[in-house]
Amino acid sequence: MSTARKSGGAVAVRARSPQAALSGERRLHGIINDVLRLAKSAGAEEAEVHVEEVLDDLTRFANNAIHQNVSEHGITVSVRTVAEGRTARVTTNRIDENSLRAAIDSSLSLAASQPKDEQLLALPGKQRYRSVRRFIKQTAAVTPEDRARAVRSACDLAIKHGQVAAGIFATGQSQSAMGNSRGLLATYRETHAEFSITMQEAPAASWAKANAGDVRDFDSRQLAARASEKAHLAVDAKELPPGKYTVILEPSAALDLVGFLFYDFAATAVADKRSCLNGRIGKPLFDKNITIVDDAYHPLQLGAPFDGEGIPRQRVPLVDRGVPKNLVYSRKAAKIARKTPTGHGFMLPNEYGEAPMNLVLSGGDSSLEQMIASTDRGLLVTRIWYIREVEPYEKIMTGMTRDGLFLVEKGKITSAVRNFRFNQSLLEALRNVEMLGPAVRASGEEAFEMVVPAMKVRDFNFTEVTKF
Amino acid sequence: MWDLAVHSLEIARLRGAKYADARVMHLRQRDLTTKNGQVGTLAQSESIGLGIRVLVNGAWGFASTDRLTREGVAVCAAHAVSIGKASALAKRHDVTMVAEKAFVDSWQSPFLKDPFEIPLESQLALLLAADAEMRRIKGVTLTETDMQFRKIDSWFASSIGSRIHQRKVISGCGIVATAFQGDEIQKRSYPNSFGGQHALAGYELIESLNLLQHAPAIAEEAATLHSAAQCPQKTGTLILGGSQLGLQIHESVGHPIELDRVLGEEANFAGTSFLTLEKLDHLRYGSDIVNVVADARIEHGPGLGSFAYDDEGVPAQCTDIIKDGQFRGYLSNRETAKRIGLQRSSGTMRTESWNRLPIIRMTNVSLLPGPWDYEHLIADTDDGIFMETNKSWSIDDRRYQFQFSTEIGWEIKGGKKVRMLKNPSYGGITTEFWNSCDAICSAKEWALWGTPNCGKGQPMQTMGTGHGASPARFRNIQIGGAFSGQ
Repeated sequence: MSTARKSGGAVAVRARSPQAALSGERRLHGIINDVLRLAKSAGAEEAEVHVEEVLDDLTRFANNAIHQNVSEHGITVSVRTVAEGRTARVTTNRIDENSLRAAIDSSLSLAASQPKDEQLLALPGKQRYRSVRRFIKQTAAVTPEDRARAVRSACDLAIKHGQVAAGIFATGQSQSAMGNSRGLLATYRETHAEFSITMQEAPAASWAKANAGDVRDFDSRQLAARASEKAHLAVDAKELPPGKYTVILEPSAALDLVGFLFYDFAATAVADKRSCLNGRIGKPLFDKNITIVDDAYHPLQLGAPFDGEGIPRQRVPLVDRGVPKNLVYSRKAAKIARKTPTGHGFMLPNEYGEAPMNLVLSGGDSSLEQMIASTDRGLLVTRIWYIREVEPYEKIMTGMTRDGLFLVEKGKITSAVRNFRFNQSLLEALRNVEMLGPAVRASGEEAFEMVVPAMKVRDFNFTEVTKF
Repeated sequence: MWDLAVHSLEIARLRGAKYADARVMHLRQRDLTTKNGQVGTLAQSESIGLGIRVLVNGAWGFASTDRLTREGVAVCAAHAVSIGKASALAKRHDVTMVAEKAFVDSWQSPFLKDPFEIPLESQLALLLAADAEMRRIKGVTLTETDMQFRKIDSWFASSIGSRIHQRKVISGCGIVATAFQGDEIQKRSYPNSFGGQHALAGYELIESLNLLQHAPAIAEEAATLHSAAQCPQKTGTLILGGSQLGLQIHESVGHPIELDRVLGEEANFAGTSFLTLEKLDHLRYGSDIVNVVADARIEHGPGLGSFAYDDEGVPAQCTDIIKDGQFRGYLSNRETAKRIGLQRSSGTMRTESWNRLPIIRMTNVSLLPGPWDYEHLIADTDDGIFMETNKSWSIDDRRYQFQFSTEIGWEIKGGKKVRMLKNPSYGGITTEFWNSCDAICSAKEWALWGTPNCGKGQPMQTMGTGHGASPARFRNIQIGGAFSGQ
């Protein structure tokens, strides 16, 4: 991620047209109150309402020009009713009173069609939430013209260097509110911005991406310049034999690999015996330099301070110096395990329970340059792609490198390398971490954004090489 | 709905759009799941709105809204035009398209039993009974079932005069048994993994699957896999079951033939394609017996890629992709067809919902059946491995190098399946793989598999695609590589 100053960046922000704004909080609360009133009159013993509003814009470019440019605005209302130990959910984006009444009736009808759930919990009451400020007016004010100018600048850079640019510049805002018939009321709003660019210099390409709540936290020109420079370096890739290599994973690559661990920390996944942590809690599993927490309040995170049931999110230490210590719990999972809910439950009803959505993997103090300088022979990995789980208990993952794989010899990058396929146990990789960079808000394509560092990992297992 | 769609087109025209098309879509969905004998998800949803795409100053704009009033769609159309004008700030040339006729039509996908009219109690009862059948088997530690039904209405109107209403009814269902033992997790799914089988059909699809008969059988296999031999690492003969071959087609034929990929429009995310333009009509994609079509017509079958018109108003077509092993065609839209000199779009523009821009998607990309009887194919194989039901899939961003693993494998010796193998996998290079195909089973074994979860585009869109396949044999394949070096 770039370190553009708040006053800098590539986007000069202008005022946005007045119709392109989220509804006021009072309107969302009004919808919640209407639904709760209608649900009560329809015979629901309890009811829970989620209202989501999104206003997203995305400018997409390829071949050095904008080719897709889209805008979306919508509100959805999701209602869960409870009657006689049964529950079901109905979601609609029709918010007139008749449609909301129909949704409530459908929910009650769905609920009544199933056997009674003896484990169904009463809805939670009023909660207290930590304040988070994640709505940045400068992000909300970005216009299509602002995005087009930033894209034009990136494309001009590509043309100047004989390259071809493709990517996206997205900005958006969203808000959610939830309430229930026991007085719980929670609201959250945020902005988000993302710039992602691939620079192609035949036959090679490279890539850079950033995601933040504040559009001023990244500089699209710096990202374009970095991708351009690496694309040029990636030309004339040579083929190396598959085998075990020391790898330096840039933060995006580390994220897309580590991100596959998130559901393993769900108490429900462990109870279902589909987590790689079954039988491994409290035992050394990773190198001592691996510490992971789930922390929705970390300054580099986005997301609401409450979960799908309205429970406040807790900061949960998951792995302490290589040892898995804790899981996250929905209310139901917590009751079964005799634990306290951690605020990680999904909206009910569901079969998956919960998951940590704000992982923070503690970093170290090694810069990428220091990792390269300390490597006698290894590979610098920009991006990994199409990652899938081959074996769930040892967490063997397969995938490809992409958009910039470089050979490091005697502390220096010496050439580009053709892309490899890896088949690598994620657990083993996290036992082989030799160096860590500072933790940053990383953005990849396979996992949602988390805070992770660059990593130097020994004996990474590459099994096949492709043709470019 | 027509009034709103047409009004949005008129506003776009008044604001300067030279072309516009609008879609009002109403999507309804029901999701049911069970886990370990308990109801998991029980939910229903609907979404309705309008999306309008405009061509202004030679560039595209798109906006969508759920405010279905004349004022709401007018604001949306005006916004689309302003976005299009912003796009023109970073254009290199004006967008042009091949010609297309205007169509006025209404079409509904065929189905016998509307799944939304079937009592929910009986749907849940079937899932819970299948769940119970799997849990009877010792060693099974997790059982899961799911059903999903969708009903999608779309009203398409374009500034060239098309007015097309389509209704699609989609059903899907699957069951999974998982067994955790020692340091290994094994699972078996029926009739396919990752949600089962999905088709453009009604509840008759669910009834045809005979879940209760198959539930104990797959549960038994999940438990037995723990004592099966590990799939060897070798180069040898591979026979793929139909559903796995369907995914192989999806990844190594369906995606690389998307013309937007070929032309670099997906370079930043989904990737590009090795099928660059000079390869059309010149590349030997597969062996002589390999014939692949992209067929969106309902005559091809009730696939997730079947429709009457695409979301750009182009009629469904059948396009030769691979003919007698030769590469013959791409999936195109009106704009990309123009760019490479085709006379007409192949009709593959599809959108997930009213709030997404139509993009080039697979329709039903199918391997046509061959002459082999399945039993004869096995009997004709002296030494090989049969693999079925996908477990993982991965391919590089130009669609050359792939690796798949499946839930179960069977060693074939002397023309017979002799033992079960666990953790099977195979990999290779796309064209080398298809050129190694030496036998394809007949229409008797052919099925149109539904892939409901194909992701593409930014913002991401999930689309259903169809893949007809029958079991087929491939020679000199790298087998077992997923576990090498572990």
